[in-house]
Amino acid sequence: MILDGKCPTGPIEKTWDKHRFDMKLVNPANKRKYKILVVGTGLAGGAAAASLGELGYNVEAFCYQDSPRRAHSIAAQGGINAAKNYPNDGDSIYRLFYDTIKGGDFRAREADVWRLAQVSNNIIDQCVAQGVPFARDYAGYLDNRSFGGAQVSRTFYARGQTGQQLLLGAYSALARQIKAGTVKMFPRTEMLDLVVVDGEAKGITIRDLVTGEIRTHVGDAVVLCTGGYVNVFYLSTNAMGCSVTAAWKAHKKGAFFANPCYTQIHPTCIPQHGDKQSKLTLMSESLRNDGRCWVPKKQGDNRAPGQIPDEDRDYYLERKYPSFGNLAPRDIASRAAKEQCDDNRGVGPGGRGVYLDFASSIQRLGESTIRERYGNLFEMYEKITDENAYKVPMRIYPAPHYSMGGLWVDYNCMSNVPGLFVLGEANFSVHGANRLGASALMQGLADGYFVIPYTIADYLARITPGKVKADHPECKKSVEDVNNDLKKFVSINGKKTVTEFHRELGKIMWNNVGMARSEESCKEALKVIPQIREEFWKNVKVSGSGAEFNQQLENAGRVADFLEFAELMTLDALHRNESCGGHFRVEHQMPDGEAKRDDENYCYAAAWEFKGVGKEPELHKEPLKFENVHLAIRSYK
Amino acid sequence: MSHHDKNMTLTLHVWRQKGPKDPGKFEVYEAKDVSPDQSFLEMLDDVNEELIKQGKDPIAFDHDCREGICGMCSQVINGIPHGGMDRTTVCQLHMRMFKNGDAIYIEPWRARAFPIIKDLVVDRGALDTIIQAGGYTSAHTGGVADGNALLIPKDDADYAMDAAECIGCGACVAGCPNGSAMLFTSAKVSQLAVLPQGKAEATRRVKAMTETLQECGFGNCTNHYECQAACPKGINVKFIATLNREYLKSLCK
Amino acid sequence: MQLFTSSVGRKVLMAITGQFMVLFVIVHMLGNSSIFIPGGINAYAEHLHALPPLVWAFRLVMLVAAGIHILFGIQLSLENRAANPDTYAVKNYKKATMGSLSMLYTGLLLLSFIIYHLLHFTIRATPDIKLGVDSLGRFDVFGMVTNSFSHGIIAFIYIAAMVVLFLHLSHGIQSFFQTMGWNNDKSLPVFSKIGMIAAVVLLLGYATIPFVIVTGILKG
Ligand SMILES: Cc1cc2nc3c(=O)[nH]c(=O)nc-3n(C[C@H](O)[C@H](O)[C@H](O)COP(=O)(O)OP(=O)(O)OC[C@H]3O[C@@H](n4cnc5c(N)ncnc54)[C@H](O)[C@@H]3O)c2cc1C
Ligand code: HEM
Ligand code: HEM
Ligand code: SF4
Ligand code: F3S
Ligand code: FES
Repeated sequence: MILDGKCPTGPIEKTWDKHRFDMKLVNPANKRKYKILVVGTGLAGGAAAASLGELGYNVEAFCYQDSPRRAHSIAAQGGINAAKNYPNDGDSIYRLFYDTIKGGDFRAREADVWRLAQVSNNIIDQCVAQGVPFARDYAGYLDNRSFGGAQVSRTFYARGQTGQQLLLGAYSALARQIKAGTVKMFPRTEMLDLVVVDGEAKGITIRDLVTGEIRTHVGDAVVLCTGGYVNVFYLSTNAMGCSVTAAWKAHKKGAFFANPCYTQIHPTCIPQHGDKQSKLTLMSESLRNDGRCWVPKKQGDNRAPGQIPDEDRDYYLERKYPSFGNLAPRDIASRAAKEQCDDNRGVGPGGRGVYLDFASSIQRLGESTIRERYGNLFEMYEKITDENAYKVPMRIYPAPHYSMGGLWVDYNCMSNVPGLFVLGEANFSVHGANRLGASALMQGLADGYFVIPYTIADYLARITPGKVKADHPECKKSVEDVNNDLKKFVSINGKKTVTEFHRELGKIMWNNVGMARSEESCKEALKVIPQIREEFWKNVKVSGSGAEFNQQLENAGRVADFLEFAELMTLDALHRNESCGGHFRVEHQMPDGEAKRDDENYCYAAAWEFKGVGKEPELHKEPLKFENVHLAIRSYK
Repeated sequence: MSHHDKNMTLTLHVWRQKGPKDPGKFEVYEAKDVSPDQSFLEMLDDVNEELIKQGKDPIAFDHDCREGICGMCSQVINGIPHGGMDRTTVCQLHMRMFKNGDAIYIEPWRARAFPIIKDLVVDRGALDTIIQAGGYTSAHTGGVADGNALLIPKDDADYAMDAAECIGCGACVAGCPNGSAMLFTSAKVSQLAVLPQGKAEATRRVKAMTETLQECGFGNCTNHYECQAACPKGINVKFIATLNREYLKSLCK
Repeated sequence: MQLFTSSVGRKVLMAITGQFMVLFVIVHMLGNSSIFIPGGINAYAEHLHALPPLVWAFRLVMLVAAGIHILFGIQLSLENRAANPDTYAVKNYKKATMGSLSMLYTGLLLLSFIIYHLLHFTIRATPDIKLGVDSLGRFDVFGMVTNSFSHGIIAFIYIAAMVVLFLHLSHGIQSFFQTMGWNNDKSLPVFSKIGMIAAVVLLLGYATIPFVIVTGILKG
């Protein structure tokens, strides 16, 4: 099937305004008759629930943490982009649009990206109004810095805690609506199934993580804002609870999963220290503004960094990408780091690391300036590694970080299942095959504050509210299915823990479908994943019962879904016989090792339809048209 | 493993409690082969893996980001919330601060406003309730002024940011001898009181939030300053003074 | 009204009334120190009592202040205890002090001391009291005090009470500035120091009197 993104036509700079005018509206007096279920309260979900509640809809919001304030958006450090052009350095909506399309290696939809760039400015205003303490200069104006992949300073930041501050802004707006009674919040609640009635999304089945109760909430629309899936690699920069579960359950109920193989590996993470590690910690990419990446020129040179003179150092990013230098986009910087390590010039335990050196910046700007800019990051680094990065260079290594793929949505952020909307990292729309730094926060808030409030009305205005009740047979069946799954987990009583399975899966995924993939490695993964899955269902050990607070059980469900999802992700990586952005197939590279796209055959979004566990999914293609940006080789030289 | 020779064995005294109404008690576990590079939670993960294999109920504890920012982790270690390493959450606490053979007491946050859910997991919903009472500016989505329309002196922006760093973990309550959430509340009040965006509602906000503090069953602040010592973000008690001042101002209005 | 019901309001009342009492004890200490000037304390006492309406007005204010302070002190402390019912098996304080943790107890001890003290030197109803007049025909406060404090047990009670006062004020004085909202991160350590110095000065200033008398350095 050829999918249609339903993008408005005409001059791109008018598309969103025109579309907004063309959409239907819901009469203010009728809004409260519509119930909207918002799953996930990170930047996307928090902003959506607050905005929809404020408009007068009857909103129920869900998250698995004990408070909406803890969604993993909280961890974003670096900043958020907007085309404000405050520094007067040549930025514009068009440039942000262009950079995002190019950064995504021409695998995103033009209209969606344009809209994102257009509303980016409103986001900053909105957050300032909420009291988000963005960095200011001495005159009191908002401060900007530059971020990976951009030659203009368009990144707004709040110390090293931008995601936290933006999320707390959305959270406070949400809190206001909870108090006002327009939003009902269900924390410690996990969505375990999507209820589809007559082809439309009409509810979700959840597990109350405190009591273990399984029940269905029905509504007139479901908005999934459940974040990314890179925990499929086990070790990643995501929080322990981040999972593909909500998206996967929706996928199993008919929603197409688009481009699952597009995952982003972040170049500046703290290297792994041992095999008992549970997660990797990101160091903000903003560090690359003042840090210089290098490795020893000689293989196996294990002198202390201070002992290696400049002429024996290879500042490989500056050498290979003179105009972007240390600020080369993530996929390029990550791969370059891995290349150095694969070439036996890595540093630190196991040679899994490269230096990020601040010595020359400290010399130039003084330690106090560096401390002011990155103090908390240096602190964090020291806590984890016991090393003082003001004195010795940091060691960094790439780690899985972000998923560009996600549930397929049209221009309205609605999936192919009517009534099911998907926002934020959980959808696939704007980042193409690679996301630029500081643009995920922008997307989450754009979707939540400025897109869904309009587009959902267009759907709701066409349906009758409250048609499905909680005693509908589909709801009952869904509760039954979920219950059966949970019972199965506890009854297996095998020998291996959930974490052991997760680790095993992660290793396969990282080695075979990680930063570099090949036909061979994907095929191998496709052999092994079903085996692990099979063993899981025979040999997993989950203690306790379903009718209580049971973290093992929660985790078992998430890992079980990863075990199914991993196969789709690998299949997608195998089918996409080209390299683009974060998807790097070793067979397809330029002579200098850059990703080599195949626009002839793969200039489309791949949306997969579920056909059963272990069964070949069906591929639907949404062709991508580039009318405003020339399809060009992405060059950061 | 390179550090194998340095690995430690520790005795853990862990608070176990089945549910809110059940009596709790300490259980003793041995944590073996603990690497100094492991985090505290990774050490507990290992203990749990062992318990699961023995068919026993693993220790329930809250955690998510494991990088000190989500505020989910919450354990009192040897009598100090988050374990007593300066400005560090328990998920960022590394085992190198312990010695081979150490005995470690692990307890949940204890305060009336934080009922225990299970083992080390408590219900901190009261902190959300406090924010809901007024920890926001009533900005509508859309229709707000340009971000640069309001000039905010850098010092004020920095002051607001210092306060805004609170991660809502509740260690201040757990550490306070009075079970008071004053530090948490004051951080939000101070952030919004110093910014022009928040000034319009400052009076209403401080009244509503302190009232809610009482209703939720938190104690009163008697200036013990334990909260600041426990706070992983180093939120300063000067914000409590600011709250008090804002409150007095509100009485004059 | 919120002043009397809210958490911060009641704290502020306690702080103000507490500070009133601090001012009183400072003045009272200075007055008492006139005991070291021959005839000084008798003159001082006579001056003080020269205007009965003023004395009673002052007493009334102090009584109300003390009443508010005690009432809310007890109420707030009970609330605090209820807010933190389960104590930790292991508790490790980093900032709280013996003074801050024992405010209710030191306060109640002070209350009992004040009652005793009033019965003692103001109502003069305790058996050790020796009433007389000095050579100038004034009521002999000096004789009364030196006589009482020559009893080791009474001197001990006073000195112990002064230690209790010290504990209460070592926390209370700096706490006042915080409660009134006059602190920032720079002033807090300064006020803490000032509070501690003032508490020590009060302790020494007061305790010296029974001490020098019971040890015979100052003779009646
Ligand atoms: C360490 C780190 C640093 C980053 N730094 C930056 C940066 O500097 N700039 C930038 O632009 N981007 C950054 N990103 C990316 C960005 O933070 C995320 O992509 C973005 O915040 C995702 O927001 P979200 O709302 O889509 O999802 P999340 O914030 O992940 O929220 C997911 C929500 O869904 C809920 N949920 C999930 N599953 C379920 C379920 N089954 N049932 C119920 N609820 C569920 C969760 O409880 C949560 O509320 C960073 C990411 C990481 C990991
Ligand atoms: C008579 C019985 C008394 C009782 C029951 C009592 C009790 C208390 C209590 C419970 C507190 C609260 C602790 C705190 O806020 O830190 C307190 C504070 C204080 N007390 Fe007392 N007290 C008594 C007498 C006194 C006296 C005689 C003085 C002074 C000489 C005094 C001065 C203070 C001060 C200055 C504070 C600090 C108030 C603040 O927090 O800002 N109190 N008292
Ligand atoms: C060594 C210590 C002290 C000595 C020697 C002392 C002495 C006296 C004397 C002689 C009087 C009676 C004065 C008169 O009626 O002519 C008096 C009154 C009083 N003292 Fe003290 N005092 C001491 C400490 C304290 C302290 C610590 C407090 C309070 C906490 C206190 C509170 C009072 C009060 C309230 C009165 C009654 C004042 C009145 O008449 O209204 N005294 N004291
Ligand atoms: S003030 Fe500190 S201790 Fe209290 S909730 Fe905030 S971060 Fe945690
Ligand atoms: S420890 Fe408690 S008493 Fe006040 S200063 Fe902190 S809230
Ligand atoms: S787990 Fe997030 S702060 Fe500790």
